[in-house]
Amino acid sequence: MNANDVFKPFLMRIERVIEEAPDVRTLRLEFQNEDQGRGFSFRTGQFGEYSVFGEGECTFCIASSPTRQGYIECTFRKAGRVTSALAALEKDEIIGFRGPYGNVFPIDEWQGKNLLFIAGGIALPPMRSVIWNILDLRDRYRDVTIVYGARTVADLVYKRELREWAGRDDVKLVTTVDPGGETPEWQGEIGFVPAVLDRLAPASHDTVAVVCGPPVMIKFTFPVLARLGFAPEDIYTTLENRMKCGVGKCGRCNTGKYFVCKDGPVFTFAQLQEMPQEY
Amino acid sequence: MKGMETDKRSIQREALAELMAQWCSEGKRVLAPKRSGGKVDFDRVTSLSEVSFDHVQTVQSPKSAVFPRVEELFSFRSTDGRVEIRERNLDTLPETVVFGLRPCDAAAFAALEAIFNWDGPDRLFSARRARTTLVTVACSRADEFCFCTSVGGGPGAVTGSDILLTDLGQGGFLAEIASAKGRELLSAAGSLFGPAGDADKESRLAKLPAVFPPDAVAAALAGLFAEPAFWEEQSRRCVGCGACAYVCPTCACFDIQDEGGATGKRLRCWDSCGFGLFTLHTSGHNPRPLQSQRWRQRLMHKFSYMPERQGVLGCVGCGRCARACPVDMNILEHIRAIAEARP
Repeated sequence: MNANDVFKPFLMRIERVIEEAPDVRTLRLEFQNEDQGRGFSFRTGQFGEYSVFGEGECTFCIASSPTRQGYIECTFRKAGRVTSALAALEKDEIIGFRGPYGNVFPIDEWQGKNLLFIAGGIALPPMRSVIWNILDLRDRYRDVTIVYGARTVADLVYKRELREWAGRDDVKLVTTVDPGGETPEWQGEIGFVPAVLDRLAPASHDTVAVVCGPPVMIKFTFPVLARLGFAPEDIYTTLENRMKCGVGKCGRCNTGKYFVCKDGPVFTFAQLQEMPQEY
Repeated sequence: MKGMETDKRSIQREALAELMAQWCSEGKRVLAPKRSGGKVDFDRVTSLSEVSFDHVQTVQSPKSAVFPRVEELFSFRSTDGRVEIRERNLDTLPETVVFGLRPCDAAAFAALEAIFNWDGPDRLFSARRARTTLVTVACSRADEFCFCTSVGGGPGAVTGSDILLTDLGQGGFLAEIASAKGRELLSAAGSLFGPAGDADKESRLAKLPAVFPPDAVAAALAGLFAEPAFWEEQSRRCVGCGACAYVCPTCACFDIQDEGGATGKRLRCWDSCGFGLFTLHTSGHNPRPLQSQRWRQRLMHKFSYMPERQGVLGCVGCGRCARACPVDMNILEHIRAIAEARP
């Protein structure tokens, strides 16, 4: 982060705009000041505050992997004032970025284990960072399984990367769409993520599960994982409370005594069970 | 506070007036309680004659001296695909003396410092705080809303003040010099102060017995979080107007907003956990959708989370929230109910 003033953003040039799904875009961002770029580092799971000058700031994870250096990426759905302004920007325009903030996925602790990633809809971006981080260090981990679902085929994000993961023999990818969201050509599963996970029944032995999705998906996924034998401390997720400062001062992202911006966004299910449900 | 060593002097009202004139002539901004219409509030003054001494408490707290209601974080100019950020010039922030604040208000600055700097410094807040000196006037009267003695303070408590004045009657004040900044003020105007004498400070102070122990509140809150009926009962009247947060000397939750379009400013503005929009996600989901949950947050933050995370209570017992509440919610009654609750 900016050492002198936590609220002063870095200036980032939009190097690439990728249309992911209806109203969902990825921006690849490069530091306008190359020295700042060289001095910048982050770890997977961290987030930032992205700003359109004159419109304001909004909070997203860093969706790219720290192993891919020289840029960061964010993926967002056009929903409010700032994301609408961000969605209107083109290549080479300048936005602000503050970060990296928050804690990380402890991927060093996961070495030698199987990894099960479960994501729904627009929640694949935080997981995409950790998936690429793991795949770029592939020999340190055992089986990698990804279960990803969206409402419709069109709503699946990172379609190009889904095809790449599907084509790899060291990744097992299961994609699904909600009933009615399929197209005639759809080859994947049809059903909600928790039900698909239940049918897939991945082994829990020596396996870490990472779950990111809308609250309703998370709510129904945890019991399935518990039935499959996953211990609460081996299930990771991210919380997404509204934030303004990102650095533990503005007072709104807390759940109980925990700041999602400082103590999170990454939490284990064991931690969530001890926390008040203010998320 | 007992045990704190202060350098004791005396000062006469005429000398105090001269001292204030000296601050003004040095270019310092002097903020003091001033009566205007029916209310007393902090305002810029240039003479001691403008200062109110006979009120119990100002409507607003002095927190805006270090945390303005709206302040510019930086400005920007966005033209032809280029963006230029202009940082605030901190050298232009005014040297400020807050005069005539109460001991509870002086104690509140420690809570503000904890919030803004607990995990990394807040540049603007810290710069303003470093330029601010607190010359407090002890309380000779309290009203039914005051409860400083229940949260570690007192009508003559010196904690947080740079100089604490106690009115001894007949135009004389006891001056307790309580910090390095206080000693600076003293050394810059030493001839205006006299020896302390043997005046009895305690007899001049308001009598305010404590009504609850803060530790009991924190302990009770831990068991009450998951009692929605309790919070519903506590907050039934609350209209969510946020007045309590705006007058509170320790409430520091803020929003960040841009203003002025592509050539504009990024602003930090006061906000309140009492507002439904405070935690509302863009998706429509709200982690605290009910007013009772927002009231719970207000009390938990001040009496449980802050002591645990930042080592300081988020309440100094000034009573402003109760005086300002349009539906007569009195935090003192609510906290007593919490301290006595057996969930």
